[in-house]
Amino acid sequence: MSGATTSEASAAYDGYQADFERLQGGADAAGVPAAVISLRQDAMEHFSRLGFPTTRLEGWRFTNVAPIVSRAYVLGDPAEVDSAHVDRFLVPDLPGPRLVFVNGRFAPSLSSVGEVPTGVEVRSLGDTLAAGLEGVASHLSLAGVAEQPFSALNTAFLQDGALIKVADGVVLDDPVQVLFVSTAPGEAVVTHPRVLVLAGANSQFSMVESYAGLRDAEYFTNAVTEIDAGAGSVVTHAKVLRESLQAYHVASLQARLDRSAVVRSTSVTLGGALVRNDVGAVLNGDGAECTLNGLYVAGRNQLIDNHTMIDHASPHCDSHELYKGILDGDGRAVFNGKIIVRLDAQKTDAKQSNKALLLSERAQVNTKPQLEIFADDVKCTHGATVGQLDEDALFYLRARGIGREHARRMLIHAFATDVLDRLGHAPLRTQLDRALLERLPAAAAEVPA
Amino acid sequence: MLEITGLCAGVDGKEILRGIDLSVGAGEVHAIMGPNGSGKSTLAGVLAGRPEFDVTSGSIQYQGQDLLEMEPEDRAREGIFLAFQYPVEIPGVNNAYLLKAALNEVRKHRGEEELDAMEFMALAKEQLEVLQMNADLLNRPVNDGFSGGEKKRNEIFQMAVLEPKLAILDETDSGLDIDALRIVSNGVNTLRSPERSTIVVTHYQRLLNYIVPDVVHVLSGGRIVKSGGKDIALELEAKGYGWIDGVTTEVSV
Repeated sequence: MSGATTSEASAAYDGYQADFERLQGGADAAGVPAAVISLRQDAMEHFSRLGFPTTRLEGWRFTNVAPIVSRAYVLGDPAEVDSAHVDRFLVPDLPGPRLVFVNGRFAPSLSSVGEVPTGVEVRSLGDTLAAGLEGVASHLSLAGVAEQPFSALNTAFLQDGALIKVADGVVLDDPVQVLFVSTAPGEAVVTHPRVLVLAGANSQFSMVESYAGLRDAEYFTNAVTEIDAGAGSVVTHAKVLRESLQAYHVASLQARLDRSAVVRSTSVTLGGALVRNDVGAVLNGDGAECTLNGLYVAGRNQLIDNHTMIDHASPHCDSHELYKGILDGDGRAVFNGKIIVRLDAQKTDAKQSNKALLLSERAQVNTKPQLEIFADDVKCTHGATVGQLDEDALFYLRARGIGREHARRMLIHAFATDVLDRLGHAPLRTQLDRALLERLPAAAAEVPA
Repeated sequence: MLEITGLCAGVDGKEILRGIDLSVGAGEVHAIMGPNGSGKSTLAGVLAGRPEFDVTSGSIQYQGQDLLEMEPEDRAREGIFLAFQYPVEIPGVNNAYLLKAALNEVRKHRGEEELDAMEFMALAKEQLEVLQMNADLLNRPVNDGFSGGEKKRNEIFQMAVLEPKLAILDETDSGLDIDALRIVSNGVNTLRSPERSTIVVTHYQRLLNYIVPDVVHVLSGGRIVKSGGKDIALELEAKGYGWIDGVTTEVSV
């Protein structure tokens, strides 16, 4: 399998270039600070140089982005959306700030920030950028624009997104919700959402970042999230992906952890035709702790690719990873978990586990742990399992009067539940559990008896 | 209640049961004893509908229905309960959730109202007491991290809640200490009634001191080689299986 053909890639590139020129030179560019214009320009140059990844690259071996590249998109426009349509993607009855974006653009009428403690900023990144890059420029570099083509593309089209900034020592009780919905009108839309999370020293808060499609249509979300976690901060992050089953979603989440910072991120992927989640964390100070968990369901015509990379750059840091996947039909998944332990990162404790449940003979998962250890006094463990439903357990449930299909659903759900249990947020857990259950009957439907 | 005629069954083409005839009337307790490998657990598995066993000939009538035509879940809903020799651990499935779902399946099948969470808990707590089980067990994953004794007690607890018409206890006594054995037996005896039948599959006579059978069958080489009163069990205990004609003794007891 090769990547996108040269002509397709080149046509797609021309499209992005034309959109880019309109963005930089058109009416939208009026009043945009020079620093932003130049940041975009640099990013576009990186993207031009890097090009779209092909399957010849190790990191993209199993994920062919040709379906994304071979399609022309229009840049997302703000659209009027009834709040009833977005409410189901928000955790109900949750006080606390919520930012809602429609087709990549901030929707003030659907958002509410309410009262937040002094030192907390939750607002549209677009507003921030209008005032220049002061205070955000250094953080917008976490995404690795010079190496990652999709992050470069996102930055080239940097226009809007969410900013969450919590000052030193501030504890936010209620989780922040950020929701990006795509309305997918007649034409295929591309959005480049950006989420910037700045956790001051010893601050503490949690947030939910969601992506959803309002219609079952084709569109492309190219998202970048950066979390800069200051010393001693505790950030709990969840990414919930409920894109349309025809949508393409490429996202990079990059976190930098200062001394004794704790970042826990859980990714739950229930939608998307082709999904690539790159999650990276640099443990940049002594005693930092990072947890990356993931749950995904890949059914018919879906490819879900999770790449994680944890860089133990300092001693005494812990990292934990648990990824679980449920695959059925011709669903495919990729898990690549890289852990680097640098020379002076002694006393590292890194655990990685990836488990996949295959519900059909055609479902497929490519899983690869990748450990690069340069320090000599470390604990690193990894494990990968691929299995089917436990026939003994299935019979046990049936022998108690539970019908075959119900029993299967119970066991599939049971497989997934420990990732949700670790979310650490009961209302979100309840909502995701429901979303998972809604997704499961379809996931179990194609299985031969 | 149950009429087994000429039952032959095996696994992977290997014949294990070679013509079982057994009749269990309503309210009766039958013990099935036999050396290892005699086919006791296969018989229990075939009755519950374990898919890996193939029935090659013979028939089983249960309450006038052809049992072999029924799916495992339908057998359970019709009142057959198998207490597993090795109860399966199911992490992620809550014990109470499973049992409530199971009970409501049975109730639905009988045309009875389903129980809500409160009603179920009240019923479950009553049975927990009989089996001297801790209530927190309800909120643990099914058999996950249970001790051997807890697993067996959990089986009998489920049975007490589900109130089957035909209970099959597959070596429920194995791995139980004497106190647990008494508790489990007490649980089984509490359920004894003129409508309810029980098949007790065991290797040892000791259980039958507590759950006193009406009939004892000795199974060997896939056939019932002797049937009689509870005294047979005592003789087996004293003399070993070699004492009975037709018992294959190449398997040590």
